Amino acid sequence: MKVLVPVKRVIDYNVKVRVKADNTGVELANVKMAMNPFDEIAVEEALRLKESGGADEVVAVSIGPTQNQETIRTALAMGADRGIHIEAPHEIEPLAVAKLLKEVVAREEPGLVFVGKQAIDDDCNQTGQMLAALLGWAQGTFVSGIEIKGDSAAVIREVDGGLEHLEIRMPAVVTVDLRLNEPRYASLPNIMKAKKKPLDSMSAADLGVDIAPRLTITRVEEPPAREAGIKVCDVAELVDKLKNEAKVI
Amino acid sequence: MQFGLTEEQDLIVSTVRSFVETEIYPLEDEIEARGAVPAEIGRQIRDKVLEMGFYAANFPESVGGGGLNNLEFALLERELGRGSMALTHFFGRPQNILMACEGDQIDRYLLPAVRGEKMDALAMTEPDAGSDVRGMSTTARRDGGDWVLNGTKHFISGGDHADFFIVFVATGVDDTPHGPKKRITCFLVDRGHPGFEVLPGYKSVSHAGYHNVILKFEDCRLADNQVLGAVDGGFEVMNSWLYATRITVATMCVGRARRAFDYALSYAVERKQFGKQIGKFQGVGFKLADMVTEIDAADWLTLSAAWRLDQGLPANREIASAKLHASEMLARVTDEAIQVYGGMGLMDDLPLARFWRDARVERIWDGTSEIQRHIISRELLRPLGG
Repeated sequence: MKVLVPVKRVIDYNVKVRVKADNTGVELANVKMAMNPFDEIAVEEALRLKESGGADEVVAVSIGPTQNQETIRTALAMGADRGIHIEAPHEIEPLAVAKLLKEVVAREEPGLVFVGKQAIDDDCNQTGQMLAALLGWAQGTFVSGIEIKGDSAAVIREVDGGLEHLEIRMPAVVTVDLRLNEPRYASLPNIMKAKKKPLDSMSAADLGVDIAPRLTITRVEEPPAREAGIKVCDVAELVDKLKNEAKVI
Repeated sequence: MQFGLTEEQDLIVSTVRSFVETEIYPLEDEIEARGAVPAEIGRQIRDKVLEMGFYAANFPESVGGGGLNNLEFALLERELGRGSMALTHFFGRPQNILMACEGDQIDRYLLPAVRGEKMDALAMTEPDAGSDVRGMSTTARRDGGDWVLNGTKHFISGGDHADFFIVFVATGVDDTPHGPKKRITCFLVDRGHPGFEVLPGYKSVSHAGYHNVILKFEDCRLADNQVLGAVDGGFEVMNSWLYATRITVATMCVGRARRAFDYALSYAVERKQFGKQIGKFQGVGFKLADMVTEIDAADWLTLSAAWRLDQGLPANREIASAKLHASEMLARVTDEAIQVYGGMGLMDDLPLARFWRDARVERIWDGTSEIQRHIISRELLRPLGG
């Protein structure tokens, strides 16, 4: 079985994000970029599946500008077997990504798609669900545990009330959550091998997908700065402040 | 001329940086306070690095190492330089000199060192022989088929965790037109060998947790197969293999300076006085400008020296320049980073005071700044008959 892992290139989680002076987006020039941390967890899970004999090939795919090939190389250096790069603008909407991935799935025929539950840049949390819907496949979202059982997968989902245990039919799309695993570092031998691993490049037009944006960003702003908290003397004062100042009760 | 990194080099840098940030930074305060690295923590770091295939990255693949060239290794060391040396010691870069191992030494020392089973430490300095290495008074004399060692070595870095020591001792004296010149031989000595004692060293202001030890030899009897390289050929093995260790010092200085600079830069933006960011005052802004200029200069000087080694070009002068400039730059940059922070920079809530203390030794070990200047000027003057 083949596992497809879409990996997104995002601003590194250590970088303090700054809004552009003209409020059209966030500053990307000279900013350190890295693989979306949730996608790293997806790569790790795919590699573990392969190492335990549950998969025979791990293919990393990334959609975006030429620099996205660096993100694919990172996946290859972790141990993925092959990469696919789809040339597209950096700002591409989840629906367009899902449509492109659907075409990749049609060509590659993976048994599973492992993908981060969301990307840490726009936090959309849509691509995995949209992909499953377009494919008509089962989906397991916010997954923190997975076990393959023949043609189905037992997944543990992190939901508001606790943990939900589900069995999903394969092929399936699985969006992974933080606690699923701890991703490995790239190994030196794999770094040296990464460049020799195949990396196919294609454009959105090659896949016959319309990626024109459906949304318009009107303005991007910094969230308001958090104000310092206050200490209250007793419950009565707390209730009074909640009622009359915060106006939440 | 090409100043960019290859994809592989880029991945080496980002992987090592990420390792240091994730695995080393969180342990630093505790190690600094404790003044030692517990063996268990050392083993955990070593095991992770072994799993990543980065252990002994400076050794050729033919003996199980990572096969990095001098430039790539300098990049790796630069990223390690950001972290506490007491901890990054366990990232495992055995002394290259072990490539001089022959016969059964390969199985007893070289391969176990590359596999992370044994750690080594290098022993040259003596109480009366610092910059004047050849002035050493630890001796080995022939007795039957054996060698008998007597004397004391000190400032032996990393010695508390070492399983064996690479020790340079005098094995005779030659009369030369310039006066008597000692013959030096290199020996491999196991911890616990009779007549050999490892004693605790001095408490240093720099690199708490990365200890130095004192070695004592009292009629320590060694067989011929403990000689590394040729008898009386100690300087030859030293020159063939230890030539590049100054690049390690230089590049680690660059890594640490960048980390100190990152602190100063972010504080210059966050901290407001007199109603504006302190970075907007020329007094602070110009400091940042000078700091980054000096760091970049040291970075390129060091990488180009490493590149020269890889190209087989003469590099002695360039390596000395890199070591000299990078270590002196680190002293200035850590000092200025504290100045940007003001009083807060001296408190141990931040690592800046530690960087500042650690920086002091870099101008001393692996050849003082004065020795590096001596090397540089000698290389310049000699061809002109100087």
